[in-house]
Amino acid sequence: MIPNSPSQPAQAAALQLDADGNLKHFLTLDGLDRALLTDILDRAEGFLGVAQQAVKKVPLCRGKIIANLFFETSTRTRTTFELAAKRLSADVLNLNISTSATAKGETLLDTLRNLEAMHVDMFVVRHADSGAAHFIATHAAPSVAVINAGDGCYAHPTQAMLDMFTIRAHKGGFAGLTVAIIGDILHSRVARSQITALNTLGVAEVRVIGPSTLIPARAQQALGVRVFHDLRAGLRGVDVIILLRLQHERMTGGFLPSEHEYFHLFGLTEKRLSLAAPDVIVMHPGPINRGVEMDSSVADGERSVILEQVSNGLAVRMAVMSMCISTQNLWLRAAGETAPAEAADA
Amino acid sequence: MTPNEPPIANTALFRDAAAVETAIARMSQELQALLRARGATSALMIGIHTGGVWVAERLHALLGLTEPLGHLDISFYRDDFTRIGMHPRVRPSHLPVAVDDRHVVLVDDVLQSGRTIRAALNVLFDYGRPASVLLAVLAERGGRELPIEPNVVGLHADLAPGEHLKLAGPDPLTLHRGSPPAGRSGGSEAAGS
Repeated sequence: MIPNSPSQPAQAAALQLDADGNLKHFLTLDGLDRALLTDILDRAEGFLGVAQQAVKKVPLCRGKIIANLFFETSTRTRTTFELAAKRLSADVLNLNISTSATAKGETLLDTLRNLEAMHVDMFVVRHADSGAAHFIATHAAPSVAVINAGDGCYAHPTQAMLDMFTIRAHKGGFAGLTVAIIGDILHSRVARSQITALNTLGVAEVRVIGPSTLIPARAQQALGVRVFHDLRAGLRGVDVIILLRLQHERMTGGFLPSEHEYFHLFGLTEKRLSLAAPDVIVMHPGPINRGVEMDSSVADGERSVILEQVSNGLAVRMAVMSMCISTQNLWLRAAGETAPAEAADA
Repeated sequence: MTPNEPPIANTALFRDAAAVETAIARMSQELQALLRARGATSALMIGIHTGGVWVAERLHALLGLTEPLGHLDISFYRDDFTRIGMHPRVRPSHLPVAVDDRHVVLVDDVLQSGRTIRAALNVLFDYGRPASVLLAVLAERGGRELPIEPNVVGLHADLAPGEHLKLAGPDPLTLHRGSPPAGRSGGSEAAGS
């Protein structure tokens, strides 16, 4: 745990927004209000159409350099961030930090300074430590925007927003919805961001379902959710089911007897799915462990919207990146007006 | 279509609904002649959000075009993104038919600087390669900053350079003149018309 990890929503909001409330960094959903989250979803709506163009590019971020700083491996998230940046016409650097300079002893801050000297405009950060994106946003030059692509067990805000986008597309809105999140809530930054988003956007009820070893203590009060340890009871009447991946890489002790037993108790099957509302949608952030979190027939079934989530992820990431670049442009312009000589120099 | 909010400050009616409809009827006749001359039997009409779509809906009906109407939002292609930031409301562009090898009629409400049309042409060419593009605008005014000229014009407006001209709609369609809205001093005008 990095000591700079902010614990207060107000503090997180202050770091992420400029004086006019524009999005400067996108690190966590804590402290962001419903209007801003809705704004992100609305803007993402506009970017969906870009996929219909023969040339799947818009010139919004032309001339900008976006660096993917992945301190932790990821294929899907890195790829969709890279594609989103390219569709915005930005130039993209992919830095696999674990195999580069840090392995030679360079500190994180020295790596940052070097990238800033290359005039990188945005860092997309994935890190195994909670609070890493905040740390980088706190120490980066003021002209650089930082987007959290997942840090430790803390937050994965773009994943949560693409899930919200998918829910809104199918359900029309959030009022009155009951959403169940099943699996490893304890280690899941995705779940934490989803719960914040769902509560901010005003769903009727968020349920978390899983073995007691994988649900944080006092989740009910701390997260604003209803806790179920029995899958059947928890699934009754839900409108949305979100399955989480079992994160073996984050499990250091005996959280589960076996995957087989987990599937037996918490795996989603067609039969269990029938307990939910008839128009329920099934979501999963990927990658899926077939036969562990769910049956293949559910993953590929008609209630599954898992592949839609991937397409929506592109539009949501384009929205968030362009909003941060937009705020940065306004800042650069204002800075240029107050200190033209300095700006020309930089 | 959402009803138009009061578009500009100190607004005064410039052309009433009857005058606008008359201008659009004349535009449709001119367009018909132009399209016939090009041998374009099934033109593809595309309106630019928001006012251009309203005018295009009228023209589309008057010309009895069979292909569905397309609409373009040029927000992602504006040249003032780095100056004024992102447009708050972006509607997805929707071109129901492939534009390749088609005769396209691009429709907008007001033509001033020409920057919107530059952006619209860029969007269009990211969708494909049309056989030709005609530009039809309801109101043409001075102040061009780019070498862009319309093929069909509904009416010419003589306004002071700082004055705004804005179409209210979708029904009835009326043109209003006024001073620019406070707080965005000319910013939106740069690519706005």
